[in-house]
Amino acid sequence: MYSYSDFDHAFLASRNAQFRKQVERRIAGNLTEEEFRPLRLMNGLYLQLHAYMLRVAIPYGTLNGAQMRQLAFIADKFDKGYGHFTTRQNIQYNWPKLPDVPDILDALAEVNMHALQTSGNTIRNVTSDHFAGAAADEVSDPRPVAELIRQWSTDHPEFQFLPRKFKIAVIGSENDRAVLRSHDIGVQIVEENGQTGYRIFVGGGLGRTPVIGKVINDFLPKADLLPYLESIVQVYNLLGRRDNKYKARIKITVNENGLDEYRALVDERFALIRPQFSGVDQDQLAQIETHFTPPAFRNAPVDGFETAYRTDPVFQAWADTNLEQHKAEGYAIVTVSIKKHGDTPGDATSDQMRVLAELAEKYGHDELRISHEQNVILPHVHRGDLPSIYYALKAEGLGTANIGLISDIIACPGMDYCALATARSIPIAQEIATRFDELKLEQDVGPLKIKISGCINACGHHHVGHIGILGLDRAGVENYQITLGGDGTEDATIGERAGPGFSADEIIPAVERLVLAYLDLRNDPAETFLQTYRRLGLAPFKAALYPQVAGKESRANAA
Amino acid sequence: MPRPFTPKVITANALLEGDVVYFTQADSWTRCLSEAELIDDEAHAQLRMIDAERQQDQIVGAYLADVKAGHNGPEPTHFREDFRRTGPSNYFHGKQAEAN
Repeated sequence: MYSYSDFDHAFLASRNAQFRKQVERRIAGNLTEEEFRPLRLMNGLYLQLHAYMLRVAIPYGTLNGAQMRQLAFIADKFDKGYGHFTTRQNIQYNWPKLPDVPDILDALAEVNMHALQTSGNTIRNVTSDHFAGAAADEVSDPRPVAELIRQWSTDHPEFQFLPRKFKIAVIGSENDRAVLRSHDIGVQIVEENGQTGYRIFVGGGLGRTPVIGKVINDFLPKADLLPYLESIVQVYNLLGRRDNKYKARIKITVNENGLDEYRALVDERFALIRPQFSGVDQDQLAQIETHFTPPAFRNAPVDGFETAYRTDPVFQAWADTNLEQHKAEGYAIVTVSIKKHGDTPGDATSDQMRVLAELAEKYGHDELRISHEQNVILPHVHRGDLPSIYYALKAEGLGTANIGLISDIIACPGMDYCALATARSIPIAQEIATRFDELKLEQDVGPLKIKISGCINACGHHHVGHIGILGLDRAGVENYQITLGGDGTEDATIGERAGPGFSADEIIPAVERLVLAYLDLRNDPAETFLQTYRRLGLAPFKAALYPQVAGKESRANAA
Repeated sequence: MPRPFTPKVITANALLEGDVVYFTQADSWTRCLSEAELIDDEAHAQLRMIDAERQQDQIVGAYLADVKAGHNGPEPTHFREDFRRTGPSNYFHGKQAEAN
């Protein structure tokens, strides 16, 4: 993985020293909050409901054992002993104190980490496929490109005050595990006639106006990437609406101007600036690529795995649910669930972080990934080591076998922490997971993605949940709207609103009715919730959600 | 008839810790909602906001929050303010933990 150059170290040290002075001036009363706010946001520091919140970037979700250990150290020393992994592959600390933040940033810099551009109207943390470099289906590892974009966009002088925040994701396979089409720009590495290039998506986004990203360029030659991205962002920087916050994202700019017009403007810019890119960017990319050479995979017996799989049904259930195919023979990708039933989705204690670090170092070629679904991945594990890993995870409350199942819920922090939230998300996620664990239906229900947001901004990706839940404030009471049929993959679809919302007391039984209806409606156990929904449409699910209305309608029809 | 004024308190976050704080009659900040000054007049509310905002070296983001008078001082009328005076619901952290 990438390790910082002398330039990177010096740059980060100077930024951290600058912020330390800014914090000192704020505390001394020499800066007003109005002056200080944009400065703290540039360094990832928010003020939330109960406390400050520091959002730390985990670039393209990749980190090593030493970095995870340092995150644990920070959680213990400066916070309440845990951290929250987010849907943008970041980690958030919910309880830092302002005077400590410069020390936290210095502690992060010790392990090549930072909180730059995790807030503000800039290009944010570049996200990627959490199976990057390990997935059997990828054209190439997307992380070198993601790192190139991180370097290009960090402190890019032209893009520090965009009309609105700007999110870029990079993937290297046709299968989209990074919700590419919900990003302002999506970069997909593709191969055409033996040439590597990029398919570029633009104008995707969730939030109050969900839009699926559109292909602006079907095949961009490798060497054109940065000038092309720069052209897209330049056009946005000029055209983007600064008069209305709700119309400021690029998805609106593209829709208002039309994709063809936007593309023409980008092509015009591109023709102008392409000659300025002399090839330094490609040299840098080649240099970055040397940091991402695959680990030395070994040939070893897998007897230990097979024995445990045969003899321990709990291990077997975990292996069936939490493992993915690895590109190397004898290897597996392990997804560690940070969704133990009843716990807060995405929260890991410092002890858990240390166990993950140790397992990565001992068995996983010192690599960890954070997924946008708020789980942790050990991307390169030899199958023979899986039993040892599983038992170590289980001892630390990390052995839950629920990846892709109903309790593997994305939930934003909601009104338990977030100043923007209109309702709570976390307790709803906890209750759904607990309820389906009691019912022992989870394995039978099979793949089902529930995603919960505590406000219209959709950090919990509810629009692309098979079942999406949106928490709102209806006349001073928490109210939860359900959307159905959303999908965040390569078949990206925005979910359809099912009908009136439910109170906090009603939402869990409503979800239960929905899932029980699916079990009745599916053709066979192999037909997933989403497939059943696509076959039958909203009506039968709506009838299950609103039985009184359905009953009234059928009585009216009979009369 | 003008609409009746909904009673208010002034609330903010403490500059150093970020804790939820409330403005008292004595121009100081308390962590405890029941100790906050209950404001039941609009003109007085505006004046008190000016007093509160003068204390930029102690607090961030002062605003007027709706409350009702209770047996033990002001009580929140909206769930958001109820969470702010208590803490998150997933852990025993924040004010609920500090009160003991």
